[in-house]
Amino acid sequence: MLFHGSFGKIKLEKTLSILINKDTRLLVQGITGKEGEFHTRAMMAYGTNVVAGVVPGRGGQKAIDGQVPIFNTVKEAVEATGANVSVIYVPAAFAPDAMREAASAGIALIVCITEGIPALDMVSTYRFIQDCGVRLIGPNCPGLITPGAAKVGIIPGNIASPGPVGVVSKSGTLTYEAVDALTRIGLGQTTIIGIGGDPIIGTNFIDVLALFQADPATEAIVLIGEIGGDAEIQAANYIKAHVTKPVVSFIAGQTAPEGKRMGHAGAIISGGEGTAQEKIKALEAVGVRVARQPTDIAQLVKEAMGA
Amino acid sequence: MKLHEYQARDLLAKYGVPVTGGGVATTPAEARSIAESIGGGVVVKAQVFVGGRGKAGGVKLAATPAEAEQVASQILGMQIKGLTVEKVLVAEAITYQKEIYLSAILDRATKHVMMIASAEGGVEIEEVAKTNPEAIIKIPAHPTLGLQDYQARELAFSIGLTDGKQARQFAQIASALYRTFVASDASLVEINPLVIRDDGSLQALDSKVLLDESALFRHPELAALRDSSDEPEAERVAREADLTFIKLDGNIGCMVNGAGLAMATMDVVKLYGGEPANFLDIGGGANKEKVKTALRIILADPNVKAVMFNIFGGITRVDEVARGIIAALEEVPTNVPLVARLTGTNEAEGLKILAESQLIPATSLAEAAQKAVAAAQATP
Repeated sequence: MLFHGSFGKIKLEKTLSILINKDTRLLVQGITGKEGEFHTRAMMAYGTNVVAGVVPGRGGQKAIDGQVPIFNTVKEAVEATGANVSVIYVPAAFAPDAMREAASAGIALIVCITEGIPALDMVSTYRFIQDCGVRLIGPNCPGLITPGAAKVGIIPGNIASPGPVGVVSKSGTLTYEAVDALTRIGLGQTTIIGIGGDPIIGTNFIDVLALFQADPATEAIVLIGEIGGDAEIQAANYIKAHVTKPVVSFIAGQTAPEGKRMGHAGAIISGGEGTAQEKIKALEAVGVRVARQPTDIAQLVKEAMGA
Repeated sequence: MKLHEYQARDLLAKYGVPVTGGGVATTPAEARSIAESIGGGVVVKAQVFVGGRGKAGGVKLAATPAEAEQVASQILGMQIKGLTVEKVLVAEAITYQKEIYLSAILDRATKHVMMIASAEGGVEIEEVAKTNPEAIIKIPAHPTLGLQDYQARELAFSIGLTDGKQARQFAQIASALYRTFVASDASLVEINPLVIRDDGSLQALDSKVLLDESALFRHPELAALRDSSDEPEAERVAREADLTFIKLDGNIGCMVNGAGLAMATMDVVKLYGGEPANFLDIGGGANKEKVKTALRIILADPNVKAVMFNIFGGITRVDEVARGIIAALEEVPTNVPLVARLTGTNEAEGLKILAESQLIPATSLAEAAQKAVAAAQATP
């Protein structure tokens, strides 16, 4: 395949987690920015192996108190450090180019945290990344965390704990709420992934459901959705056909008025399409336990795993 | 961001879509002079962001400039679904044999710009989707090459335009519409109806454009077209402060970080028998200023009988939010009961700050909602 750097593609889907683990060699695009630096420190404190940063024009310098080498290009960084995952904190106007650079340089997984990227930029960028055979998570997402192994993005590490539950969500803080409740009840997580709420995202619910279904360490799955679009309906169809592990869900926006945009670009309902009620009905019809409030998710997972 | 019909029409014309002659007027005299320059029958259309303008009397035909002036004086200043008409579009009135439909949308399911056409125009496409879905043709524009000429031709033939010349003109209009979409970073560009005139040529009669808010930074000329007249004052203030606020009908004000959690918070308030007064997402990294502005907006609503804060600090530090709340209360003192559920990063510090304040503490979302509902019921 074209565009791949000298390290080629590294197989990331190992057991005990999905997508990221102790072998993750993380590159940070935009490492010297305010957000980039703050979160790089948090990721390193969590134990993530951050091997490089990319800031065009600052190659040769070091970031994070001299701990992380900076490169001008992703290609150089991959060649010098064997980076296999990239996380992007660059501003919206430059993020699509950063994603394309990472995809063409042989990075296997790109996680884009940046919010406010023009949707049209994502149409061409998504296709380009796909043609490179690379997985993208986000944009406008909190990233992912494999408790005890690695954290890529902005999910607070202290709420997560290692264990058997896979968590996938469109939301940020709502995910933290659910994960915190799981941890408090004694249910740890294999991997927690926030896929983002933008109209065009790289990885959807179905992709993550497939990974959790195939991961032997994941025993139950939590899927947190919201109003707008039909990703949850598609997830329900996919669960029916392919997922044998118990799934627990919560859909935010049950009381949202129609036709109003609730922050996330995706969270808009108009003309009766994508309501919480429709989604809950579709999920329950395929045997998914749907919580009435986020706090109930943990208890339902416990029940589902005992059943 | 929504554009008015006259703005959408000007934009489409710029990229080569044939539109009817005319212009926008804010006074009856202006309407008359536009009608004079058109020289013939005109249609006078209210420019407000609501559907059903025609039924409400906001669209009228006029045979002469004098009649156009008179009709404009009736429409200008009238109320349509609560909105005052401040502008009218005065356009050439034309006769035609058939109405068709053409649009481009950003399709999240396929991750493409989807071209949509139908031989059934003049009615809402959602209606056609229900009654006659086979009449809707969809072709995805190539994600990196853009809409190809062969795709535009295919669209024309598939809706039954078999006359070569007519199909060619349709394909040109489809390409122009696609160019409009891409050049302005739209999420929807719709021509409905696109009419077939008596001589067989095509012309756009009405159009609709929605722009991607995230892309306005690179289109200052389009951002300048924003008409906030139908946007409630509180929502405008919130937008300018980078907060997302939507007013609702209940009495429990909500301040939450994150859109998903904000919606979930409203759901839980309702679950415990309360009614949220608003949706409010203070976003990530909420600082003192944002908290202050948000609290001011919430308390400005006279229906609010209790306020509930639900902050899950990950990146947002709880102590920072707590300080913001205290600072806000110094500037915006209130007797409305305030329930705070703050958890996460620097939680202990945050709770210490709030301990000496008037706030009612809660440890979980459910507890906070129950306390807020009880407080709202107890407030006269």
